[in-house]
This record gives sequence, C-alpha cells and structure tokens, in this order.
Amino acid sequence: MKRALATCAVLAFFLGPFGWQVLTSLWPENELTRPFPHALTLASYAGLGASFGRALVNSLVVAAGTTALCLAVGSTAAFAIARLRFPGRRLLLGAALAISMFPPIATVSPLYLALRALGFRDQLAGLVLPYATFALPITLWLLTSFFRALPEELYRAARVDGCTPWQAFLRIYLPLAAPALATTAILIFIFSWNELLYALTFLSTPAKRTIPVAIALFAGEHTEPWGEIAAASVAATLPLAVLTLLFQRRIVSGLTAGAVKE
Amino acid sequence: MKPASDEKAALFVAPAVAVLGAVAVVPVLAAVWLSLHRSIVIFHEQRFIGLGNYRFLLEDARFWSALRTTAYFTAVAVSVELVLGLLVALLLVRGHGLLRAAVLIPWAVPTAVSARLWAWLFNADYGALHRLLPSVDWLGSPTAALHAAILVDVWKTTPFVALLLLAGLQSIPSEVLRAARVDGASPARAFFSITLPLLRPSILLALLFRSLDAFRVFDAIYVLTEGGPGNTTETLSIYAFKTLMRSGDFGYGSALAVATFLCVVAISLCFFRVLGRER
Repeated sequence: MKRALATCAVLAFFLGPFGWQVLTSLWPENELTRPFPHALTLASYAGLGASFGRALVNSLVVAAGTTALCLAVGSTAAFAIARLRFPGRRLLLGAALAISMFPPIATVSPLYLALRALGFRDQLAGLVLPYATFALPITLWLLTSFFRALPEELYRAARVDGCTPWQAFLRIYLPLAAPALATTAILIFIFSWNELLYALTFLSTPAKRTIPVAIALFAGEHTEPWGEIAAASVAATLPLAVLTLLFQRRIVSGLTAGAVKE
Repeated sequence: MKPASDEKAALFVAPAVAVLGAVAVVPVLAAVWLSLHRSIVIFHEQRFIGLGNYRFLLEDARFWSALRTTAYFTAVAVSVELVLGLLVALLLVRGHGLLRAAVLIPWAVPTAVSARLWAWLFNADYGALHRLLPSVDWLGSPTAALHAAILVDVWKTTPFVALLLLAGLQSIPSEVLRAARVDGASPARAFFSITLPLLRPSILLALLFRSLDAFRVFDAIYVLTEGGPGNTTETLSIYAFKTLMRSGDFGYGSALAVATFLCVVAISLCFFRVLGRER
C-alpha cells in the first residue's frame, strides 16, 4: 500500500511536468489563460515552421558527426589501452576521466578564439571537435572496459595466426564490439543533442541553431508563444524519448558501467 | 617477464590523444594565459597585465555572490537528489520495468527543454504551479527563483542518481539481507546497518559526479532566469559566459572561467581523498 502510493508519487513527479507540456502543446493558443483547455488542436505544431525543422536537422548533423568522430578515434585507442602494451595506459584513462569533469566554461574562450581564427566559428562542423571533450572520455571508458572483458587468448590466437595488431582490431575485436559501440553511440548522440553552452557561444546565425539553442532563444513577436514552445519541446524530445525507451537496458548499463566496477 | 611495449600502440592512441589535447588540455592552458591579459576582442585590445584580473576578482562582489549562489545550488540540489534518488532506487529494485522507463524520461529531456517546461509551470500569470500556489512568485522573487532552479535540476538529474544507486543496490548479495531478516533485524535496522554501509561507494560516486556537474550548472538557470532577478540566480558559469560573450571581455571572462575550473579541481581533490581513504 505504502509502496503503491510512493510509486504513484514518483510517477507523478517525473512524468507529470512532461505530460503537462504535451497537453500545453495541444492547447489552443487563445485558451491558455484558462486552467484547462476545452478542445485540443495541432495548431501549435503547424506553427513551428521551417526554422524549427532546420534546427532538428542541424542537431542531427552535429550529433551524428560527434558520434562518428568519437567512435572512430575512441575505438582504436580503447583497443590499444585494453590489449596493447605501452607506457601511460592508466594515465590516459585517468586523464580522460579528469577531462570529462572539466566545466565547459573553462575552455569556451580559447575555443571561441581558435574556431574564429580557423574560420569554423558559426559552422556546425566547428561544434563536432569541442563536443569530443565530453563524448570522447565516455567512449574510451566504455569501450576499454568492454575490450578488457573479452578473453585475452582471442588476441594471442589472432597474433599467432599472423594477424597484425591492426588486423586483429579490425577483423576480430571491432565486429565483436558491435553492442558496446551501439551503447556508446546512443549515449554520445543524446549528450550531443542536448548540449547548449558551446552551441550558444559558437553559433550566431539563426539558421544554424541547434535544438537546445532554438528552444532557449525561442521568442515570439509580442508575448511568449507558450503553445509553440511546448510543441517545439515535445518535438525535440520525442526522438530522444523513443531512443531511450527502445534502448533502456543499454543506456542504463552504459551510464552505470564505470560505477559498479571501479 | 613483461613483454616489451608494442611499437604500433602509439598509432592507435595518437588520434584520441590529439583530440583531447586540442579541445581540452590546450584550451585550459590558453584560458589561464588569456586570464593574464586585458583582452577586449572587438577592440583588438590585448595587453599583458599579470595577475590584474585576479586582483580585481578578489574585490568583485558579483563574483563572490556568484560563488555563493553556485555553492548553495550545488549543496542543496545534490543533497535532495541523493535522498530522493535513494528512495527511487529502493522502489526500482523491486519495481516494474515500466517504472524504470518512466524515470528515464526526465534524463532524456534536453536541459534547455526541461527549463522551458518548468518556466511554463512557474509562469506568474497562467502557470499550473502558480494556480496551485498563487502566493509564491516562483521566478520573480530571488529566494524562490533559486529554489525553482534547484527544483528543475532535481527533476532532471535525480533519475541518474537513482540509476547509479540502483546498480549499487543490485550488487548487494541478497543472502546478506535474508540473513539479517532471519536474525530478527527490522527492515529499518537492516537498511541502516547493512544496505546503507554497503551502498557507500555508490553514494560517494554519485555525490562526486553530481557535485561536479551541479557546480558547472549553466543550461537550466540560463534558460529559466538568465541569472535574474537582479543577478540573484547567477552562477559562476553564467557570470563568466556573460562577461565573455555579452561584454566581450575575454581577459576577465577567462579569469572567471579559470576560477570556476579551480573550484571544480578543489571539489574533486576532496572527493578523491575520501574515496582514497575507503580503499
């Protein structure tokens, strides 16, 4: 009984606010002054228009680019940390962990100046490399622990059969790592999709805004268009909610991987 | 005998090291260097002034107020998240998979979206929370606004804490708790004498991650209040951001950013001392 009550309270607290946002997005604009709507409409979604669609595409491009870069660069490094012998392996993982804890504001000013000097300020491509600050450390941690869990004999057998380390990585380890790569990709994608500070600082053209920037700077001509903001919020969150629900188990195991072992 | 190191290893790790160096290590050092200058970008002014920015910082009341706000935000938000996260984790341990899915929703909502979503609930004219508690001016009064921001952070990040603690709870062998029950321990006694001590490493880890994350808070407060009313919800990240991007003062802005970075380093060192003593 107490348990059921607690469960209901938890559900109400965590789902209620988002549910209210969904309701607001269907609420006719001229009825928002009332405590409840009398009818529901999709008008707010219709009002979002091309600029919001562009923001969705921008976010998709940046998140996909960051995911591709971090998987490419991170998987080779993680394989080396797990299976090859070289000095500074532990140091590299420790440094990655430390970097993931950097407050992004600490690197904003030099990155801004560097991107401007290189002509990448106000370019979506200019966000991909800075996003590696938070995305690459998770990639290294998750993939290293996955590669370490694979039996070491696998690597030795491959070497005995004449594989170079590169071939062993490409032909044996990488295909086996598909599930770990998927988990990592989902997490990087979600983190990149949600990033605000860098995107707000480095982009200035409205047409280049990513979703969080578009939502943060959403403004109407006279009053705050709450219905449209709600519609934009729901549309921006829906892809993530679907991803999260589909890959619940992977996400939870990825988020807590470091926590249980270390 | 230890085999010699693989000479190819350098090729495998070089790209990752280069990326991390280019986007994290070099920029932090460059920020320190910038903070020693008077640097107004639009005027192309750049002049070395040594520790001048830091001397100004020590006298800057707005900096101390931002530091206090950030520390208060971090302490209160993280404490609430820990207690609430533990309760949720205890529900999840024997709960339905559906409950876990539901709890993950706020985690997946982008922070900027969650701030907007709560801003509408807090809205002083038609917000749902305003209708429930008309006497509270959620975003208009300084005390309420900071606590409103804490509420947004609690909503958004408690799921992460709950999942970490859930993983910890699941690693406690069930025999230990069953043995306690056989020995006649009450559920409360078993929780405080067995579960909680065994959960200590997970709790410390959740505290570490969340404290560092809360201390660099930007999105939630920037979207909710932009630091207002009257800079009362302005955190270090927001003050540094405004100094950099609105005033274009890259020297002092970098000094504020470096100060934030040093605070984060100090917090991590404290945690690592505690964690180190555990072993």
